[in-house]
Amino acid sequence: MLRWIDERLGMASWARTGLRKVFPDHWSFLLGEVALFCLVILVLTGVFLTLFYVPDAQVITYQGSYDPLVGQEVSRAYGSVLDLSFDIKAGLVMRQTHHWAALVFVAAITLHILRIFFTGAFRKPREINWLVGIGLLTLALAMGITGYSLPDDLLSGTGLRVIYSVVISVPFIGPYLAFLVFGGEFPTVTIISRLFVFHVMLLPALLIGGVLTHLGILWRQKHTQFRVPGATEHNVVGRPFWPSQVFKSTGLMFLTAAVMALMGGLVQVNPVWSYGPFNATTVSAPAQPDWYVGWLDGSLRLFPPFEFTLLGVTLPTVFIPGVVIPGIAFTTMALWPFIEPRLTGDRAAHQILDRPYDNPLRTAIGVAGLLVFVVLTIAGGNDVIALVFNVPVEFMTELLRIAFFVVPILGFAVTYRICRELQSRTDRPDSRRPVVLVRGANGGYEEAVDD
Amino acid sequence: VSATRFIGLAFAASMLASLGLLVAYVFEIGSAQLQGVLLAIALGGAGAGIVGWAVGFLHEPAEIEESHDLASEPGERKAALTALDLGEITRRRFLVRMLGAAGALLAAALAVPALSLGPMPGRALFETGWRKGVRLVDADGQPVRVDALVEQSVRTVFPEGDVGRPDSQTMLIRLRPSELHLDGERSGWAPEGNVAYSKVCTHAGCPVGLYRAEDRVLICPCHQSTFDVTRGAVPVFGPAARPLPQLPLEVDADGYLVAAGSFEAPVGPSFWNLTHEADSSGGGD
Repeated sequence: MLRWIDERLGMASWARTGLRKVFPDHWSFLLGEVALFCLVILVLTGVFLTLFYVPDAQVITYQGSYDPLVGQEVSRAYGSVLDLSFDIKAGLVMRQTHHWAALVFVAAITLHILRIFFTGAFRKPREINWLVGIGLLTLALAMGITGYSLPDDLLSGTGLRVIYSVVISVPFIGPYLAFLVFGGEFPTVTIISRLFVFHVMLLPALLIGGVLTHLGILWRQKHTQFRVPGATEHNVVGRPFWPSQVFKSTGLMFLTAAVMALMGGLVQVNPVWSYGPFNATTVSAPAQPDWYVGWLDGSLRLFPPFEFTLLGVTLPTVFIPGVVIPGIAFTTMALWPFIEPRLTGDRAAHQILDRPYDNPLRTAIGVAGLLVFVVLTIAGGNDVIALVFNVPVEFMTELLRIAFFVVPILGFAVTYRICRELQSRTDRPDSRRPVVLVRGANGGYEEAVDD
Repeated sequence: VSATRFIGLAFAASMLASLGLLVAYVFEIGSAQLQGVLLAIALGGAGAGIVGWAVGFLHEPAEIEESHDLASEPGERKAALTALDLGEITRRRFLVRMLGAAGALLAAALAVPALSLGPMPGRALFETGWRKGVRLVDADGQPVRVDALVEQSVRTVFPEGDVGRPDSQTMLIRLRPSELHLDGERSGWAPEGNVAYSKVCTHAGCPVGLYRAEDRVLICPCHQSTFDVTRGAVPVFGPAARPLPQLPLEVDADGYLVAAGSFEAPVGPSFWNLTHEADSSGGGD
């Protein structure tokens, strides 16, 4: 069999070097793999869902087995999601596994990006793969938002409405763009089927193509490594791809799938039957999107009412928090590998990773950016927090408006200081010496002096 | 437990769970919870077995692979550029420009059909179902008498014949007339304390469905924009910058509430040319 293939493709030498390719070991290198395996789970469960879901806004009378909604007018899309949840065997577990895998997919990508950022793995020669990675994050978010909107329920319909409002806010082209994307003034009957085309065809094609590019570049450039014994800027220390890495990664894939299936079976997610079908004149409260969109919603909630008209052109209040702020965030992130060398002057190629405290400026900026994300995400739930702590929502909003500026600055200063402190400690030649504490006769503790 | 036994047990658990899934499916026993747990054991057993295999038996020593600079030799690079060269052509710049222009126009021509995806906005964003003399009806299509609402109560209303029309949804609120602080022409828009405002938030378009009676404010549940209904629904908190457009009301001969005109401003989220309506018609507030 192998001979048959090799006689036609001549793969033996390629396979020999490929199978022996060395990959370094570190737990944080698995985050990207978890994202990849989530994608596999998403494709498999997604294909199942696609065979039952109906992307159609036509209104029917629900006659399925979920009693509270029997006899109600619902869209065929919403009805098909109810059928998947209640009437199709294994449908609910597939649906919930798909949703959980999507949430974990974005989370794994986010953690993977943080790992890359804080260890400086994006530095030369890996700037291109960083850009591919940011593209993949964007596609993953687009997949999440389009998929989340497909059930045509009240909560996701509210999300679509906010997206429409953000699109329409773009100066000069907003109304034209919004009418093109949505097929008219919100709400439209065409939007569900359009989102479906994007969610199951265009975006997955781009996403999978992007992932293959990402992996191809990784293969070509070799994986970065931490400063382990034997590691230099010109080698890779680790285990060969076959068998140990393949076994561990395959095992990790099955374990990831196991956790997703467990959550899909046991932990309810997106119960669209309790939100009800979409209706343009009602909205549920409190309304929170999936976790990775919360910061955008928080940005809309915190931004002050700032709208003005100059020479007949109005700048809508949602434009800055809904378009400009996310635009700045993504642009800065994408361009970071090109910004950092200007700050540090370091333009050399790197195979060895930084520890976060090796580069206090980068780490502090990263922490500040992360805190902006955290504050905005909290702001996305300001009404829930106000409810839980029994404070007025106005108070929460004002507090978070202050926190938006204060927390990242504080975070920057503290992180910078900690990094410097760690540097000065570990720069000491004896820093690897274990510190032995001894208990004295009077009950106190002191450092043992052993030399 | 020896590694072999652990791996064997893990695969055995996986097999049992897989069989369990089959049985549960065929005999329709169990719920999504059971399916999830069995699926997790089937997958997790396989995963644990494979990881156990790697940890137990695959103890390859760490290897070192040299990593070379990816950049090509300068000579190699020059050779590649030479290979790319199209050779000397007279008027090359002209041809390249023509190729670029043809490509750009072709791309534009191919993109034009995308315009079929949506109509031009036209006046859609400036118009609703409301005009002078149209009765206010509730969600069931019933007209609303001027005294139908008790003080401090609210109702979602639509233009008669357009029930459920999203851009025309309107909040009708009955207040004590003495509480209202409506200026100028607006003072005549609230017969017997009935005021009507667009229910589409001027921030991000959500239905402004919450009425906090003690403060006389409408609140948008999406982003907490808060509008004072006694003063023309001006925003008093939150991210909305424009008041909810007010619908002028009057009472017809039969005692029913009717619109005395259309909304005084475009409803819903702001867009760049929203003031152009006022410019052309000379109206507005």
